[in-house]
Amino acid sequence: MSLESKIPAGPLAEKWEKHKFNVKLVNPANKRKFNIIVVGTGLAGASAAATLAELGYNVDAFCFQDSPRRAHSIAAQGGINAAKNYQNDGDSVFRLFYDTIKGGDYRSREANVHRLAEVSTEIIDQCVAQGVPFARDYGGLLDNRSFGGAQVSRTFYARGQTGQQLLLGAYSALTKMVNTGKVKMHTRKEMLDVVTIDGAAKGIVTRDLVTGKVESHAGHAVLLCTGGYGNVFFLSTNAMASNGSAAWRAYKKGAKFANPCFTQIHPTCIPVHGDYQSKLTLMSESLRNDGRVWVPKDKKHAKITAAEAMKLPESERDYYLERRYPSFGNLVPRDVASRNAKMVCDEGRGVGVTGLAVFLDFADAIKRDGQKTIEAKYGNLFDMYKQITDDNPYEVPMMIYPAVHYTMGGLWVDYNLSTNVPGLYALGEANFSDHGANRLGASALMQGLADGYFVIPYTIGDYIATLPLGQAVDKSNPAFAQAEKEAQARIDKLLNIKGNQTPDDIHKKLGHIMWEYCGMSRNKEGLEKARGMIQELRKEFNKDLKVIGANEELNMTLEKALRLEDFLELGELMVIDAHNRSESCGGHFREESQTEEGEALRQDEEFSYVAAWGYEGEGKDPSLTKEDLVFENVKLTQRSYK
Amino acid sequence: MAGKTINIKLKIWRQAGENKPGKFESYEVKDVSVDMSFLEMLDVLNENELKKGNDPIHFDHDCREGICGMCSLYINGKPHGPKHGITTCQLHMRTFNDGETIVVEPWRASAFPVLKDLVVDRTSFDRIMQAGGYVTVSTGGVPDANEIAIPKTVADEAMDAAQCIGCGACVAACKNASAMLFTSAKVSQLALLPQGGAERKRRAIAMVEQHDAEGFGACTNTGACEAVCPKEISISHIARLNREFTRASFSGNETDYQN
Repeated sequence: MSLESKIPAGPLAEKWEKHKFNVKLVNPANKRKFNIIVVGTGLAGASAAATLAELGYNVDAFCFQDSPRRAHSIAAQGGINAAKNYQNDGDSVFRLFYDTIKGGDYRSREANVHRLAEVSTEIIDQCVAQGVPFARDYGGLLDNRSFGGAQVSRTFYARGQTGQQLLLGAYSALTKMVNTGKVKMHTRKEMLDVVTIDGAAKGIVTRDLVTGKVESHAGHAVLLCTGGYGNVFFLSTNAMASNGSAAWRAYKKGAKFANPCFTQIHPTCIPVHGDYQSKLTLMSESLRNDGRVWVPKDKKHAKITAAEAMKLPESERDYYLERRYPSFGNLVPRDVASRNAKMVCDEGRGVGVTGLAVFLDFADAIKRDGQKTIEAKYGNLFDMYKQITDDNPYEVPMMIYPAVHYTMGGLWVDYNLSTNVPGLYALGEANFSDHGANRLGASALMQGLADGYFVIPYTIGDYIATLPLGQAVDKSNPAFAQAEKEAQARIDKLLNIKGNQTPDDIHKKLGHIMWEYCGMSRNKEGLEKARGMIQELRKEFNKDLKVIGANEELNMTLEKALRLEDFLELGELMVIDAHNRSESCGGHFREESQTEEGEALRQDEEFSYVAAWGYEGEGKDPSLTKEDLVFENVKLTQRSYK
Repeated sequence: MAGKTINIKLKIWRQAGENKPGKFESYEVKDVSVDMSFLEMLDVLNENELKKGNDPIHFDHDCREGICGMCSLYINGKPHGPKHGITTCQLHMRTFNDGETIVVEPWRASAFPVLKDLVVDRTSFDRIMQAGGYVTVSTGGVPDANEIAIPKTVADEAMDAAQCIGCGACVAACKNASAMLFTSAKVSQLALLPQGGAERKRRAIAMVEQHDAEGFGACTNTGACEAVCPKEISISHIARLNREFTRASFSGNETDYQN
């Protein structure tokens, strides 16, 4: 089968305008005859649910948290990009487009990325109108900062809590529509399956996390806004309950999964300190604007503590990012910074008790700007660091190490954000479309809100308008009962294994395999080995899992087990994809494909495509469909941050 | 990050479900690394319990970075534990002494019914927001973001209020189980910003009415809420809410909203 991306014809800058005119419209009076299901209430889900309800659709929104305001979008610290050019420093829609395409190492669609850059400016207007308190300067206008290696200041922020404020903005819009009755909010309900009838999505099956009730909900379209699958690694910066199950269930119902191996490993996280650790904490990338990254020059100083580091003379320190990338220095993109940290630690020059950390040092910045200035910029981050590590970063350097942060891969979608299953859409981190092989800082918030506020409200009409008017989805269709039965059977199966290993025991094992073989650096042999190990681990899961209690109660062990079952399959697909893509690009580093200087080396002739994987059945290899990427407006170059 | 460990005892509230009887159960956890977070210590305890065939202690948590507002434990008589200005997930075991007994309870308020063990239902907060915690603006057709200049001090104060994570610690700490700090944070944020001006009267009245309807108590200015708020939100926002509410109650229409 081939995948139709539905990219509109015409010049890049006119595609979206033209497309908006060409998509079919649904008469305002008819919109109320259609029901839309939105799963997930982060930036993408909340903004989509609110906007679709404003347009007149009836929306059912679902989240597994106790309130839609708690989605993990809330944790984003740094900011949101927009091509406003308020700073008069040379920014433009085309520059944001170009930076995003290049930053993604030329593995995303030109048309999607350009649209993202176009609507970025409207997002800021919308958020301000909602009362989002962005940072302002003394004249009362909006402040910007440069972020994540961008050479213009286009990042809008609200202290270190931009994600929180944007989500609360979207939540307020959603809340407003709940109050009008156009959105029905379902909290503490987790999606277990998509219901398809004649190949089109017509509903979902959910489990009520408090009562255990398994039930189905019908809709004319289903939007999955369920975030990324970084928790496949067990340890990541994602929230504890973030999971890939909705996307994975869609995959098993026929939706293609694109570029699953594209994972972003964020360079500035607090290092792992023990087996009991439950998650990793991100320290905002903005810290690299002033902090200098270094390790000792000589292995004999490896594993030194932060206090000992203070005594190490300048001549014994290797500021390796500044040395290797004189023009970008400490501000190289995330994938480059992460890989370099791994490299110096692999050389045996890592610091801290584990040797798996590098220093991020503010001594020079404090000397230059004064502690007050640094405190104003990063105070809350420094406090958070001290809270966790008991080290004071005003006095000693921070220790950081890369951690899994974001997944660029996700459900394959066309230009309309539709998966290949009619009526099934994927928005935000749950889709694959805009970040290629590496996401730039402050772009996740932008994409989530772009998809929800400004893309799906237009593009969904193109599908809804083709449906017969006034026809409710028939809940008596056996597909609903069948999907419910299957979900219940899965639950019963897990409750009845009665083995000895807890979901966390097995999840940690999966995490170790993924991190070792499908993490910052990957090779053919390792990936082949990992695939076998994951298959074995799945057998272990099915034989030796321990879940206790019943379905008909709040049962967090069961919740974990259900999510883990999907991670165990998704992990294998990631490994298969990483094995297939024998080039290096962005966050995907294949050791076999590197330049003489050890930088990622793309193989454009062979791999300039989106790898979309299809489910072929239990125990069968997935099928690969390639969507060729066509570049008409940018010239592919080897990224260089020297 | 030394390898220091401590042994601790716990008394934890266990309750099978809403409207079911509950009681304290005692537990011991040995060799707890002081670098562990409080919730990681509970993870270790839960893994042990699960392996013994006992149902783990249920508690709410998600981001574990102090921002989602999901975690909600009442530790040694204080919401979010003994330290100031943090959530439970940011509390570390180095705060406790070897051999100490730690008492853990859920938020206690009739508007936050217990769902199981330490998990409570806070949807009453969502309903207060639904009553008016927003600007009635639809997507699209809004002015340019820099159309209205907002003095930095005003924007900063609005941001101070907007930081509320909706965890409910204010309610748990209050002898009246009042949610005025929570309600005022939103009212204050939107009253300070010009975007919220048009609806400020309706908002103040509707949100306070919903607050009362949910069964939260009245504010008697004891300030316990501010003392335990992980985001250190000031009760001066309650004062602003009171002014907003009074003004709205007396004038009762929106034609003179700017006064």
